[in-house]
Amino acid sequence: MNKLLPLSEAIRHHVRDGDTLYAAGFTHLIPFAAGHEIIRQRRRELVLARATPDLIYDQMVAAGCARRVIFSYMGNPGVGSLRIVRTEIEAGRLEWEEYSHFGMISRLQAGAAGLPFMPMNPTGAADLERANPNIRRVEDPYGGKPVVTVPALNPDVAIVHVQRADAHGNAHLWGIIGEQKEAAFAARKVILTAEEIVDEAVIRSDPNRTLIPGFIVSAVCHVPYASHPSYSQGYYDRDNEFYLGWDKISESPEAVSSYLDEWVYGVRDREEYWQKLGAETHARLQVKPRLSNVINYGEY
Amino acid sequence: MAETMEFTPAELMIVNAARLLKDGDVVFVGVGQPNLACNLAKRTHAPNLVMIYEAGVIGAEPARLPLSIGDPTLVSGALSVVGMYDIFANYLQRGNVDVGFLGGAQIDRYGNINATLIGSDYTHPKVRLPGSGGSQEIAAWANRCYIMTPHQKRRFPEKVDFVTSAGYLDGKGGREEAGLRGRGPVAVVTDLGLLEPDETGELVLAALHPGKTAGQAVENTGWPLKVAAQLRTTEPLTERELTILHNELDPTGIYLKGG
Repeated sequence: MNKLLPLSEAIRHHVRDGDTLYAAGFTHLIPFAAGHEIIRQRRRELVLARATPDLIYDQMVAAGCARRVIFSYMGNPGVGSLRIVRTEIEAGRLEWEEYSHFGMISRLQAGAAGLPFMPMNPTGAADLERANPNIRRVEDPYGGKPVVTVPALNPDVAIVHVQRADAHGNAHLWGIIGEQKEAAFAARKVILTAEEIVDEAVIRSDPNRTLIPGFIVSAVCHVPYASHPSYSQGYYDRDNEFYLGWDKISESPEAVSSYLDEWVYGVRDREEYWQKLGAETHARLQVKPRLSNVINYGEY
Repeated sequence: MAETMEFTPAELMIVNAARLLKDGDVVFVGVGQPNLACNLAKRTHAPNLVMIYEAGVIGAEPARLPLSIGDPTLVSGALSVVGMYDIFANYLQRGNVDVGFLGGAQIDRYGNINATLIGSDYTHPKVRLPGSGGSQEIAAWANRCYIMTPHQKRRFPEKVDFVTSAGYLDGKGGREEAGLRGRGPVAVVTDLGLLEPDETGELVLAALHPGKTAGQAVENTGWPLKVAAQLRTTEPLTERELTILHNELDPTGIYLKGG
């Protein structure tokens, strides 16, 4: 089934006010284009779950999309504080729910596997367990020590950016694969954005690289450069200058609002955004190829 | 010679942390100063160090200075890249990591770490910090942990506001009772010297860097810091170590400049 849709339509059809959203990607392949589209369409009261809220959720919180965040590390990766989420939490204007990275990914793993919860070994650091009633303990039914449990996370929508997908949503991704697969299987709906749309034959040429099968995907959107200022391995580099720049922008509500006006509300789509970044940025983020050795699946 | 041997507090900590690593260690690396320490060790006495990054990269050999934990330079040329569940379950929880690096806003008398909040009420934080990330599990499951932090009184309170990751908890036997497999924070590397746990799990001053005094360490610690009977002095930084840091690892001084 051909699931190709423009990103704006995919968001319009599949993301509702109040939804729990998981925009996947551990530093890599962060779906910024979809985040910006959600801001443009002025979705409200979202529950935004991500191990690392990163700039994408900082911007969505700034734009008033969120009621609650669920996270395990709230920082600007490699830079410092994630100012907007942090300020809203400190001011009591944003609800939050917190886990360790392992707790967060275990929630998704349970959701992806259709289990009610996942067990983890206790770490001795029990303050978070006391602070978050979702973190509990059960006896090992096989007679061992108690284990810590976290409940399944089943987002209404997962948004996953990939290097390439076919029109059915069968997706290849490589590089840091964080929690993309788990988020996709855990969610009720999956929106894919892809750097490239390729023929099904390209997918079938390397089936081990297919982490997400098309039949769990609701919409496939062709959005080159969708993860800037994050990156897509082999396609373009992480824009560290922007991550540093956001540290400054996010110091002042006026600067944030003029950023959103210019770079989110002020552009029609990701293509316009990318062109607006200009040739110098494009050149700075270019990467030289480094190809893997071809493998032989064999003709059977 | 004297000119080339000038160094910053950050360099002092990085070199001393690097020296704690053993050849063949599998080490869970953090970005920033721990990354420099590991890469320095790999280029000097520990060529067989296996660097694992929390983003799921195993055996990374970064060609440039990684600026975030998910920098693409970590991936290209690595031994393996796995998902987040695998890295925390199969590698860390299962016990396949020798060394973890940790940091935090506060480290207390028993080596417990706070990276979550400043204040006494979780629901109304005075200052909200980033939170655990991977550190809760690294502290519990790595065979041994090292902490790198500047020696300042506010960073070393008697008791942390929130235990994000476990050191020796309430002291002797705390880790065993909690069922933790690792040996915990076996050294805290500061810009004054090294703190190490005594037999009760309390961090004591075990070594000073050349030219630093026990008085400075005591003054900059939030509990009555004990000085080990056999107080050591760390070896001076060598020109080779500094040259590798300056010329190969962090040529623009992003992580070398500060404390």
